[in-house]
Amino acid sequence: MADMVTLTIDGRRVTANAGTTILEAARDANIDIPNLCSNEELHPYGSCRLCMVEITHKKRQRLVVSCIHEVAEGLEVKTATERVLNVRRLVMHLLLSRNSTHPRLREIAAGLGIEKSMFPVDYKGCILCGQCVRVCREVVGVSAIGFKSRGDTRAVATPFDEPPGDCIACGSCHYVCPVGVIPMEEKDGVRRIWKTDFPMAKCSVCGKYFAPVKQLEYFRKIANLPENHFDTCVDCRSTKK
Amino acid sequence: MKKCKSASELASLREKLAAARDPKKPTIVICAGTGCLAYGTQKLIDNFRAEIAKRKLEGTVDVRTSGCHGFCERGPLVVIQPKQIFYQHVKTEDAGEIIEKTILGDAVIDRLVYRDPATKEKILHEHDVPFYKKQMRLIFGMNGQIDPRSIDDYIAIGGYAGLAKALAMKPEHIVDEVTKAKLRGRGGGGFMTGWKWESTAKAEGSPKYVICNADEGDPGAYMDRSLLEGNPHSVIEGMVIGAFAIGSSDGYIYVRNEYPLAVTNVTAAIESARAYGLLGENILGSGFSFDIKINRGGGAFVCGESSALFASIEGRAGEPRQKYVHATDRGLYDKPTCLNNVETWANVPPIIVKGAEWYASIGTPGSTGTKIFSLVGKINNTGLVEVPMGITLREIVFGIGGGIPKGRKFKAIQTGGPSGGCIPEKHLDMPVDFDELSKVGSMMGSGGMIVMDDRTCMVDVAKYFLKFLEQESCGKCTPCREGIYQMRTILDRISEGAGEEKDIELLEWIGTGVIDGSLCALGGTAPFPVLSTIKYFRDEYLAHIRDKKCPAGVCKKLITFTVAADNCTGCTACARVCPTKAATGEKKKVHTIDQATCIKCGACFEACKFDAITIS
Ligand SMILES: Cc1cc2nc3c(=O)[nH]c(=O)nc-3n(C[C@H](O)[C@H](O)[C@H](O)COP(=O)(O)O)c2cc1C
Ligand code: SF4
Ligand code: SF4
Ligand code: FES
Repeated sequence: MADMVTLTIDGRRVTANAGTTILEAARDANIDIPNLCSNEELHPYGSCRLCMVEITHKKRQRLVVSCIHEVAEGLEVKTATERVLNVRRLVMHLLLSRNSTHPRLREIAAGLGIEKSMFPVDYKGCILCGQCVRVCREVVGVSAIGFKSRGDTRAVATPFDEPPGDCIACGSCHYVCPVGVIPMEEKDGVRRIWKTDFPMAKCSVCGKYFAPVKQLEYFRKIANLPENHFDTCVDCRSTKK
Repeated sequence: MKKCKSASELASLREKLAAARDPKKPTIVICAGTGCLAYGTQKLIDNFRAEIAKRKLEGTVDVRTSGCHGFCERGPLVVIQPKQIFYQHVKTEDAGEIIEKTILGDAVIDRLVYRDPATKEKILHEHDVPFYKKQMRLIFGMNGQIDPRSIDDYIAIGGYAGLAKALAMKPEHIVDEVTKAKLRGRGGGGFMTGWKWESTAKAEGSPKYVICNADEGDPGAYMDRSLLEGNPHSVIEGMVIGAFAIGSSDGYIYVRNEYPLAVTNVTAAIESARAYGLLGENILGSGFSFDIKINRGGGAFVCGESSALFASIEGRAGEPRQKYVHATDRGLYDKPTCLNNVETWANVPPIIVKGAEWYASIGTPGSTGTKIFSLVGKINNTGLVEVPMGITLREIVFGIGGGIPKGRKFKAIQTGGPSGGCIPEKHLDMPVDFDELSKVGSMMGSGGMIVMDDRTCMVDVAKYFLKFLEQESCGKCTPCREGIYQMRTILDRISEGAGEEKDIELLEWIGTGVIDGSLCALGGTAPFPVLSTIKYFRDEYLAHIRDKKCPAGVCKKLITFTVAADNCTGCTACARVCPTKAATGEKKKVHTIDQATCIKCGACFEACKFDAITIS
């Protein structure tokens, strides 16, 4: 069994496995810390800065992001000091200036007493949490999309803004986006994502379009399964004996 | 050249080389630093060689091209040894005359001699020039004594003696020595170098890496460049000593991509150090092996930040990564890594040679040794200056820098690079030291110093630096990416006369959040120029906001250029320079400026010799 450590979060004693992050430990203890770029399936990234907490360890006090900082024996965590709240408020005002409408953002903002951004809204939709880029690289393993440019002109893009050569149209980026700004559509056997049309394959059993041809090709290549495993849709696969 | 297989072989080589350097032999030392080369120094060097050949003096007069001397604005610089005659602004065609008059004869060429702009006094010798006189050129002074491409020069003046001494010491004693010397990192943070070495030495994992950070991206700063270009062996020697102390076999020098001469000189230096047995396998027969690779920088300011630098060497995008584990435990390729700045490494050999006690006696208790600054802006003598820590800002600005040109008034000095703070006159007598600078809202940073006079607008200054940082922010984290942008927008508004009083508070609030919330130190320090100017020059902000005036006469939307009829002689200078023909008038008659077409470029103001253009 992993080593356990005891820490306090907002005055409550909490035990957690060594190596877990403060955010995970807090979640397990039902203490809410708002966050936007963290995702259990992905490596921590620490870019939105919403999950900041104030810690005291060996008498030193400082702000850290809870999605990366790990628990430690005797650590004292405060999730809502004035300094922490000020960073969170600033972050939400700034993010609302990129995306003023998404319910999840509005809900987090409301929790901080913010109704609308104090800054002029220049709607960009994407809040640059990087989950799409990371899921594509870390989980799917193809890195079809990435970031372009720097500073406030940073944006998620395909290489050279052209149809993404490595994209397998799996849609992971679309599903993972916390603010739903990566469009994906399916019509007449064609999936459209990143402004590119991908033909779908029909299930060899039921005949329904079920997945992009490119995605199936990719899976056949990386998965150690019989060639014909990916000829059928998930429904028919599970009923087939 | 055959390899030196032991410290004693190196010592006898040094003796031989030093003996060959006849101190009485006339030598023409020509600065071949980037600054001087930009003035066409290469032609001057060629011409000196040609003139010497013409007179068949090859055996009797030496020509030595050296690294940067620091006083770049006076280049091309030539020093005639052993007489130590200092010539400035030397032209290619002066070579023959210098040989005839100053080397063969005993005359000094008046027009090439330096004149103190303050006293108009002629100064013959380099060490008497006030710019140099008040400096303490522990690290940088060697530049003038050696040809950066000659390892022999470096060895002759004592180079690699520190390495020889270190290899005979226990690694932990070397670390102790550096800790006792209280050397602090010159790359910005001012972290205790000895502690960093100790942590890396104790960390588990192998290989361990030793890295030299030569990314130097601050606008206007070029001290690291001049060190690498002018004395690459001092940096290499420091790194080998550090590597031995830490137990590392692999080193990198991460050089800014725009520094081709530095890359060339370091590459040559690494090769010659290898050939001499001072780098590579079995260094000086000690059994210790260490080698250095050169890595070209990723081309962004943020690549100088440690985690971004590691990512860049690893071949990933040069973006900072948040880690709560020190690089000394998990740095490059997640292995124990010791990253130090160019100047930090160059300080190591003298510490080992002369001892920690000697080193710690220079400077202040908390900041020991010297620091190289790049002194620029509204100041008479610009260039690179090396001073003992603890010197006052006033001594730098008025002693070494020679004060403010055109008799104008000092207003502020910005220290620490783009995200440093602006320090006002009332703090000029403050000692320059890591902690003192932080106390007044600025920092040592990498050593940029920009002097501002009373015609500098502090709102404009804050806007300028923020603009730079806005463009250099990698964009990964929200506070830095969006916060700096919003702060800059507010400053734009204020400088256009559209600011409100609550904007000042708002800037302070955003600034604090950006400092607290940003992922790396770029965002973590970016608001300093704004916060420090608000702190010390709040009235100037208020003048922009309440009175819609820019007291320094800089913010275009808030000023008008007019002609003072009493002073105007009708010389037509303004009309000739005005790009939009807004300034007009007949010869010998009072001129006028049409406000509708004036674009407020200030060209007329600069051109008028009679103080007839007024800014209001
Ligand atoms: C945005 C940014 C840029 C930096 N650029 C440099 C640089 O060009 N050179 C440098 O030595 N340190 C730079 N640093 C500091 C390094 O991260 C690091 O602290 C330093 O290289 C450590 O060396 P030292 O201990 O010798 O100072 C930079 C830091 C930040 C945040
Ligand atoms: S598109 Fe969505 S997932 Fe991708 S960075 Fe933007 S907000 Fe995050
Ligand atoms: S503070 Fe700025 S430079 Fe550093 S990670 Fe954040 S966005 Fe990038
Ligand atoms: S969730 Fe931790 S920084 Fe975004």
